[in-house]
Amino acid sequence: MTKNNEIQNKKILLSHGSGGEAMRSLIKELFLGKFGNPVLNELADSAVLQSTGNKRFCFTTDSYVVNPLFFPGGDIGTLAINGTVNDLAVMGAKPLYISCSFIIEEGLSWETLDKITDSMAKASKKAKVQIVTGDTKVVEKGSADKIFINTSGVGILQKNIFLSKNNIKTGDKIIINGEIGAHGLAVMSIREKFKTDIKSDCAPLWDLIEGMLSVGGIKFMRDPTRGGIASVFCEIAENGMFGIKIIEEFLSIPDNVSSFSEILGLDPLYIANEGKLIAVVSKNKASSILASMKKHPLGKKASIIGEITKNNKGKVVLETIIGGFRIIDRLIGEQLPRIC
Amino acid sequence: MKYISEFRDKKISRKIVDKINGTLKGYKEKISLMEVCGTHTNSIFRSGIMSLLPDNIEHLSGPGCPVCVTPNAYIDTAIAYSRLPDVVITTFGDMIKVPGSTSSLEKEKASGNDIKIVYSPLESLEFAKNNPGKKIIFLGVGFETTAPLVASTILSASEKKIRNFFVLSGHKIIPPAMIALLTSKEIKIDGFICPGHVSAIIGEKPYYPIVEKFGIPCVIVGFEPLDLLEGIEMLVEQITEKKNPSVENQYKRVVRKEGNKKALAIMNKVFDVKDSPWRGLGTLPKSGLYIKDIYSDFDAEKQIDIKIEKTKHNPKCICGEVLCGTKKPYDCKLYGKSCNPENPIGPCMVSSEGTCAAYYKFKKQ
Repeated sequence: MTKNNEIQNKKILLSHGSGGEAMRSLIKELFLGKFGNPVLNELADSAVLQSTGNKRFCFTTDSYVVNPLFFPGGDIGTLAINGTVNDLAVMGAKPLYISCSFIIEEGLSWETLDKITDSMAKASKKAKVQIVTGDTKVVEKGSADKIFINTSGVGILQKNIFLSKNNIKTGDKIIINGEIGAHGLAVMSIREKFKTDIKSDCAPLWDLIEGMLSVGGIKFMRDPTRGGIASVFCEIAENGMFGIKIIEEFLSIPDNVSSFSEILGLDPLYIANEGKLIAVVSKNKASSILASMKKHPLGKKASIIGEITKNNKGKVVLETIIGGFRIIDRLIGEQLPRIC
Repeated sequence: MKYISEFRDKKISRKIVDKINGTLKGYKEKISLMEVCGTHTNSIFRSGIMSLLPDNIEHLSGPGCPVCVTPNAYIDTAIAYSRLPDVVITTFGDMIKVPGSTSSLEKEKASGNDIKIVYSPLESLEFAKNNPGKKIIFLGVGFETTAPLVASTILSASEKKIRNFFVLSGHKIIPPAMIALLTSKEIKIDGFICPGHVSAIIGEKPYYPIVEKFGIPCVIVGFEPLDLLEGIEMLVEQITEKKNPSVENQYKRVVRKEGNKKALAIMNKVFDVKDSPWRGLGTLPKSGLYIKDIYSDFDAEKQIDIKIEKTKHNPKCICGEVLCGTKKPYDCKLYGKSCNPENPIGPCMVSSEGTCAAYYKFKKQ
């Protein structure tokens, strides 16, 4: 088969949007190849932009296609605000302004849109951001599934905050602010008509992060959404300068999440979260950062779950609950489509 | 009891490992233990059990992944059906990516053919009921664990007179494959970690010939890390003490000696046991489940005519040997290069229960 033929026969599959390996290769091969520039090439959650003067801004965008629109703990509206403000927050930027584009399928009930926009208004108030610009498109029935929302966000980077993977060193600790797996399974429970009490953890993280930044010692942060915490660890270890060791025993996975995942054959390490952050912090600040997190409602169950290691360069090693060892690899294929 | 954390206790696991180490003190021979269940494969890798055990215990994965043992011809048939107008293929998720001779269901789905992932055959029947204008073909792939459920779905379709529901049966039964491996003598197996779920249906009896004819210990084992460790300990005891090999049951909380009589009865009501082709093992006598003539209304192959392309195999793919335990994924020239979970060439790289996928995911060194 010639290369041209190969391209003609290639199709976009659901896995190209899963946050895993396929999406990574799509971005690297196609998008970066054509759009690449120093800002984009960073592939961070937000682009860091230098304005005239000393001010630096963060700029990010995200589209929300979750199915179903409403799920325990939130809806597409709360996601559309919190997802975008969190992408700014984990860069160390205070979220300020949001844009909002609606792509609506003809026939959507007014009541549904009313409910979603109510949630967006509430969520933006809670996250202390303003929706300052927007766009509305309505497409024929069947051309979209009910409603898709795109939001972009702008935030202002705090002085002296330069979060980057390049800051990470052997011995640094890895912290998470709480229990994993709730968001993905809350959405799944509705979709698969399972009765559970799992609620999405969807929440804005800036308030918690602001407190953490004031302690100092934070090197890098990410919100483990699609692809779960495993994908964040793999991304951190990717450059091959160091390894990561995670202790399974220290991860907190609620009983309902762990049972439901077992039934569905899912691994909680790969399930999407919407109110979680993974922070890599310097060893000597780890306990004071943890203490600051525990004071915040979104950090009560924060814990140190692992560290950056000199050995196993480029790899993420999990010390399993029974004391064995195994590799954590990138998400392969599509675990759960349309989760956010 | 929460039934999860109790079976993942670090202290107890250490005790069992100590006991295994004690039994094997001074024992230099290699011990090869084979499991024949994809869930065992996955659980062994996921919990990192082998990293806790002495080096002379070798773990072999046998033909226990249903998707993996399904031959290309079956997948080609499913693909051909998916191309028919008014046909909707319903399937468990892991069949989607398995490559057939020239395509896969995933590619057919992206081309617009109607292929739907379901979690249960009953979901498929419900879908058939709600879409009377379509022919719904459920891909019946799996061992004694899934076969009773598919059988009862066929019975239910018959009772409710749902005439647009069909099954393409590729169901297989496990013990004939275990016997085939021992008969071929191509591989040294010292003990079988027998599949917990399959055994919950079939009970202990089908393993007796393995012990009686071949003298190979069989232990029925559960799926949590402590189940597996205890099962391995029971096997090691049998193997080293040279006591008479027997069928033991570690998974007593689920598996009864006689199995699940009700499930077996339903299975026998709907399916005939006939010779069946397995990937890697060839056609094995009395190893496949085929829909009985009285239920042929629901047999896709009998009701819907189809032309199937000529079966092709990638000559470099060694899934067949990997399934028999005679080769490891590392021995394959394609492994990790052109064959990876994103672009699987062989089925063992597709399913999370497949040996190559488990090696790729958990053991990449």
